[in-house]
Amino acid sequence: MATDIIIHDKKDNVGVVVIEKITPKQDCKCWIMEDDSSTDIQSMDEIPLGHKIAMVDLKEGDTILKYGHDIGKVVKSIKKGEHVHVHNVKTKKW
Amino acid sequence: MKIPKSFLGYKRENGRAGTRNHVIILPVDDISNACAEAVANNIKGTIALPHSYGRLQFGADLELHFRTMIGTGSNPNVAAVIVIGIEPKWTKRIVDGIAKTGKPVEGFHIERTGDIGTVMKASKKAQEFSQWASEKQREECPMSDLWISVKCGESDTTSGLASNPTVGNLMEKLEPLGVHLCFGETSELTGAEQVCATRGATKEASDKFMKTWNEYNDFILKEATDDLSESQPTAGNIAGGLTTIEEKAFGNFQKIGNLKFIDVLEPAEEPAKGPGLYFMDTSSAAAECITLQAAGGFNIHLFPTGQGNIVGNPIEPVVKLTANPLTAKSMSEHVDCDVSKILSREMNLSEAGDKLIETTLRVANGRLTCAEALGHKEFVMTKLYRSA
Repeated sequence: MATDIIIHDKKDNVGVVVIEKITPKQDCKCWIMEDDSSTDIQSMDEIPLGHKIAMVDLKEGDTILKYGHDIGKVVKSIKKGEHVHVHNVKTKKW
Repeated sequence: MKIPKSFLGYKRENGRAGTRNHVIILPVDDISNACAEAVANNIKGTIALPHSYGRLQFGADLELHFRTMIGTGSNPNVAAVIVIGIEPKWTKRIVDGIAKTGKPVEGFHIERTGDIGTVMKASKKAQEFSQWASEKQREECPMSDLWISVKCGESDTTSGLASNPTVGNLMEKLEPLGVHLCFGETSELTGAEQVCATRGATKEASDKFMKTWNEYNDFILKEATDDLSESQPTAGNIAGGLTTIEEKAFGNFQKIGNLKFIDVLEPAEEPAKGPGLYFMDTSSAAAECITLQAAGGFNIHLFPTGQGNIVGNPIEPVVKLTANPLTAKSMSEHVDCDVSKILSREMNLSEAGDKLIETTLRVANGRLTCAEALGHKEFVMTKLYRSA
């Protein structure tokens, strides 16, 4: 079955684009690896292969969860379906 | 898949087995590189391992230098060794260290002879070693003779999603067969260090890991002018979608599957607690890390890449795998095992693990890796601090 986005863990609030790119307003099929379940999301941005999409609305200071773990903090609010990367998320280390 | 019980390797005098049969010309120090390269140029079937260090080092840094030199010569992928240094004392120390394996090794020093005389003497011995080694045959060796090291590079999110978990799947399947396994990259576990520590098989192993990681982190905090955000993640990582060091670390960590590590090794230290998974304290720079793992005695290396790292090693074959379909297509000459079908869900993780086991065994049996065919021989010594 076609999958556009893979999510590692049920707890995660981001998914990873696994097709060449997704375009704005695209209805995407998501697969959650942890329990082999599926969900859907509509994208807001163009997002290339390997980059992340927000699965929920996120506000400044929120923690990004991937692999079920803390991978950094939101530094600029992000809407569900938007691109998540270095422009809106930073490390909590260093 | 039924996992084969054996591979075809070169049996060595000390009971280990090699996946390769190299005769190496090992310079003790930077100024002996020219001589070593001249010998390797004279005598077919030998390779020189030039590097940048070996003069006026001291303390732990000098010990690491000797450990790396002796470990490299002792690696079972090496049949015989010519050691060439400027002075007799350090040359002899390395020769004596390698000689403990029982393999042929001979040292030459340049002082009082000069390059030309040394090249002549060393070439005669190298010819003898090369012809002797060329008669060695591959024999059936148990899977437990495989010592597999792993390190990922130019990672992106496809590494954490698929190629690193593929390595983890291979580890889970091969560990019960008594294989030695090794992961490293102290810096690239930053963010996942607490979770990694819980994977120590004993409290001692967990504590040793945290001590190693803390020492590394203290060093970073002391030396860094601001932070590592210019180097960790790298520009390539970021282009591939990795945002933070924590994200990179959790992706990296997928390489060990559900295994626990039994001990923490110093850089280039040989494991001494039997089969199983070890953590080695290494840099995350690919060539440095693999050079240290090879010096620790590992005889085949698995290297998942996202954006397309191209590294190789002169003595330890480096098997590349990628799950990034763009890399698999645009850099196919560097990819030994393509697992990109995991992303399109045409292949599951277990199938990918089986495919990687198959590739690993073909390489162990003698198939050249992409990096070998392309001539990648990156031999990079780790230097702990400046010389005296």
